[in-house]
Amino acid sequence: MNYRGPGRVRAEEKPMPEILHPEDCIVKVLRSCICGSDLHLYNGNVPDTRVGSTFGHEFVGEVVELGSEVNKLKLGDKVLVPFNIACGKCSFCRQGLYGNCHESNPEATAVGGIFGYSHTAGGYDGGQAEYVRVPYANFGPTVIPEGMDLDDAVMLTDVVPTGYQAAEMGGIQPGDTVVIFGAGPIGIMAAKCSWLFGAGRVIVIDHNEFRLEFVKNYAKCESYNFKSIEDPVQFIKQTTDWLGADVCIDAVGAEAAGSAMQTITGRKTLMQAGSATALFWAINAVKKGGIVSIVGVYGPTGNLVPIGNVLNKGITIRANQASVKRLLPKLIDHVQKGTIKPKALITHRMPLRNVSDAYRIFSDKLDNCIKPILIPPTVKE
Amino acid sequence: MEKIAKGIPDIKDWGIDADPENDPTYPMKPNRTDEEQNGYTWERSVQQAETVEILKSTERPNLSAVFGTSVPPKGLSGAIRRYAYKNSEGQFSHWLPLLIADRVNVVEGIIDDLKKGKVPNIYAEKGFNAMWKYNRKAAIGMIAANVAAVSALGLFLFRGRIFNEGKSVKKALQNYNM
Repeated sequence: MNYRGPGRVRAEEKPMPEILHPEDCIVKVLRSCICGSDLHLYNGNVPDTRVGSTFGHEFVGEVVELGSEVNKLKLGDKVLVPFNIACGKCSFCRQGLYGNCHESNPEATAVGGIFGYSHTAGGYDGGQAEYVRVPYANFGPTVIPEGMDLDDAVMLTDVVPTGYQAAEMGGIQPGDTVVIFGAGPIGIMAAKCSWLFGAGRVIVIDHNEFRLEFVKNYAKCESYNFKSIEDPVQFIKQTTDWLGADVCIDAVGAEAAGSAMQTITGRKTLMQAGSATALFWAINAVKKGGIVSIVGVYGPTGNLVPIGNVLNKGITIRANQASVKRLLPKLIDHVQKGTIKPKALITHRMPLRNVSDAYRIFSDKLDNCIKPILIPPTVKE
Repeated sequence: MEKIAKGIPDIKDWGIDADPENDPTYPMKPNRTDEEQNGYTWERSVQQAETVEILKSTERPNLSAVFGTSVPPKGLSGAIRRYAYKNSEGQFSHWLPLLIADRVNVVEGIIDDLKKGKVPNIYAEKGFNAMWKYNRKAAIGMIAANVAAVSALGLFLFRGRIFNEGKSVKKALQNYNM
């Protein structure tokens, strides 16, 4: 996959990745996903996204080459690779903040290294490819348990941990009303996981009917189209006895629809770091003293959000890139026991050579697409 | 817990991860070690060799132990990026030039393709096939917008010629009528 500019990608031959550090390994990709946050890159909203980059931070594969100091993996291991690149040694990693590693991104201190996510996130080529270089191979890549479906495994690299952490950061207490803005894969997973923390009511807001129908069935929650309810904030207040939700989750980020002003200033003219409609609604719809959990991705500049209301309502905001490695043991267990069935979200399987069409379908939500995966030509299914 | 669960839909494993004691929760440093109070003192991995130009944030003293090496800065966009990286992440003079460089880089990418004898198939790169298949209206809109843009560009570039030719015709007609 080769990025050529906003809205333009193509499949192209690139040189094989090489071991550049003794703790690197090379992984032959077996599956990769397109993530909703890839669309921020695709649309040219993330600064320092260079033409010629390869995206893709959700992938699984087989280890085909090892650096001289890698001793936790062996050739032929099938691994799932967390989207964030973490050393496991810096003081942030040692506190479980694996999405905030200080030894994987020289270009920015605000974010750790992420595969295929611009030079702002370290300048790594990503996994929408046949082969990919994986740093810190003794720490990041996790051997896929025997018998686990690769489609489930690839969803554990980002979607499941991010959705789970969205609910976790909400500090959900038994009986809480949780409102999730966004019925994309992360919002769907956040809805599912909110029940595991004991939510009393889970509500999802979006505008794509097929996704709303999907989340209603998959997560057994309420789902509403913000185009029909007109004012989602007032609707949430009304449906929570005029108090607001205990927890609101922004599972959309910079590509949000629903407000012309946010769309024009955030997506069309880049006067702010993406359209902050979902976050705007989340802050206004949560109850006083409530919690807003942010996993939707925004750019690094700034956004139009009602920060005054955060102060006046005494809201707690928690946000972070998912700490995948921290959550994996628990989430692998949940998947193996059938508590979470992530591969059900995969609606499209496409050859890597059709990456341009795959991005278009996912970006424009065509053909009822929820989650597309790309299969490299080296993989026989 | 059971009392609360009575009003809940039938959810498999409802509440299995509930932990009222876990408040405030992640990322509120549940495993705080205060190691960072000692500064930048942790044991680092071996430093990756800098084999290509890497632009470093001014907010850190060194390169991270590992880093990506894809698409090193070059050309005009590279020069803009080098300027941007002289400013800290806290300044718009860091991020806005990077966004400008990204747009300049798109033009450089097309020029690079042409230099290699490759005409980029922009329609295919934009996933036009999928759009045509699943959203014909948008696909036609895209074609119409492109035709309009090319026509407007053509009119702009050749406006002098068209205007002069118009004047010549008018003059010829006047002469004929005389």
